Amino acid sequence: MSHCGLHCLKINHITVRAGGETLVEDVSLHAHCGEITAVIGRNGAGKSTLFKAILGEIPHQGQVVFTGHNGTPAQNKPRIGYVPQSLNLDEGSPATVLDMALTYTSRWPAFLPAPRRLRRDIAAHFARFDAADLLDKPAGRLSGGEWQRVLLAIATRPHPDMLMLDEPVSGVDKAGLVRFYDLLEQLRREDMVILLISHDLDFVRQHADRVVLLDRRVLASGAPADVFAGEAFANAFPTGGEPHV
Amino acid sequence: MFDWWQYEFMRTALWAVLLLVPLLSLLGTLVVNNRMSFFSDALGHSALTGVAIGVLAGVSDHRLVTVLFGVVFALLMNRIRRSRLASTDTVIGVFSSVGVALGLTLLSARGNLSNYQSLLVGDILSVTPQELWVLGLALLITVAVWLLCFNGFFAVSVSPSVARSKGFSVGLYDNLFVVLVAVVVMLAIRWVGLLLINAMLILPAASARNVARSMRSFYLLALLFGLYSGVLGLILSYYNGVATGPTIILVLAAVFFGTFLLRKK
Repeated sequence: MSHCGLHCLKINHITVRAGGETLVEDVSLHAHCGEITAVIGRNGAGKSTLFKAILGEIPHQGQVVFTGHNGTPAQNKPRIGYVPQSLNLDEGSPATVLDMALTYTSRWPAFLPAPRRLRRDIAAHFARFDAADLLDKPAGRLSGGEWQRVLLAIATRPHPDMLMLDEPVSGVDKAGLVRFYDLLEQLRREDMVILLISHDLDFVRQHADRVVLLDRRVLASGAPADVFAGEAFANAFPTGGEPHV
Repeated sequence: MFDWWQYEFMRTALWAVLLLVPLLSLLGTLVVNNRMSFFSDALGHSALTGVAIGVLAGVSDHRLVTVLFGVVFALLMNRIRRSRLASTDTVIGVFSSVGVALGLTLLSARGNLSNYQSLLVGDILSVTPQELWVLGLALLITVAVWLLCFNGFFAVSVSPSVARSKGFSVGLYDNLFVVLVAVVVMLAIRWVGLLLINAMLILPAASARNVARSMRSFYLLALLFGLYSGVLGLILSYYNGVATGPTIILVLAAVFFGTFLLRKK
């Protein structure tokens, strides 16, 4: 039995249109607390667009409802942790990882020296994600795996009700992915809804509780074994593993 | 060596440099980080139209009209930039051209275009002691906004999506920043000139970025490079009998190339 304030994310009939095109059509899905829900699909299937609609970043039709335990809409606005695919940060940026953490997770102006206690708090939180030793590194020069851990640490400070992860298509090695999914497994036990866009179907098969196969519309959804055995999956991923681009 | 100190206009100019340079350097750090130097350049050029509107409106002090025009111009340019209807640099290029052409047309309609040549290069020696108070107030307000809003400005520029998920109001920070740049550029234009304002805005930050290893050192260095170049440029221009603004820019450019050679690998 989970104890989080948020029990379920209900997405009802979301449609996104832009420039005369329908990018996401009538998508409904429920994601539950304490579960990892993975959204999969070919490139351009509307996965990131769906995320942007859930975040309220782009105009859309339909509803995004967060419900409490008894099924009624949540009282407070849920806290969302979001891990994007990429950031607008170039290699020459002077920002360190600590600067990024201060910017997104504290009120302390990031261009001033951080008080020792605040730095200690951030370091303690980052240590959970094997990222404490990255704090003084230039943020623009991290490897893909390091970035993912840093962004996950930023997304979970403070503890979110829902974690949304848009996994990068490339740049993270296998060892990095293993570590990343380990961390997700730990977070799952901490009462949060986890919604993940993933390109690595092996990891989805292993770790996700529910899978949603998207191609503008929901083609299939349910337990990974069921979705992976279905006809829709075979059509979307004819090679069975690598996304059909 | 210090004989320039006996002249009041030089002492006032020194104060002006000590207030104006930190103000521009501070704003420049985010202009450079956000890759908006073309944006601020266009804003500087549009000052010509702002002044022209002030002249045509018959207002004795064009400054208020120019600032108001700059704010509207900046918000409009930002809105179109964000709408992604056209490529950003094209949109800004068009705005920049219109800002200059409209200004020149309106000013020439009065038949005394040459009276406004000083707007092109400005004159920092023309700052009056009363105007120092305006500059001081602008610096104070900018520092206060920076302390309160820097995280929002930076968060939105690095990732609007993450910023939104953390509760930052993306539109507010985005527009507040361009409004702040517009106000300061328009206030400073008669002292720095529209051909030079952008250099003074971005060179201290661009130099600091070459060698800074954290946000703290970035800000500290931008400030130091700006002040060093401002004061040295002022004194050099006095002893060589040349224009002050361009001399400051040349010192800043020398600092930029120096730091470029030392840049972090």
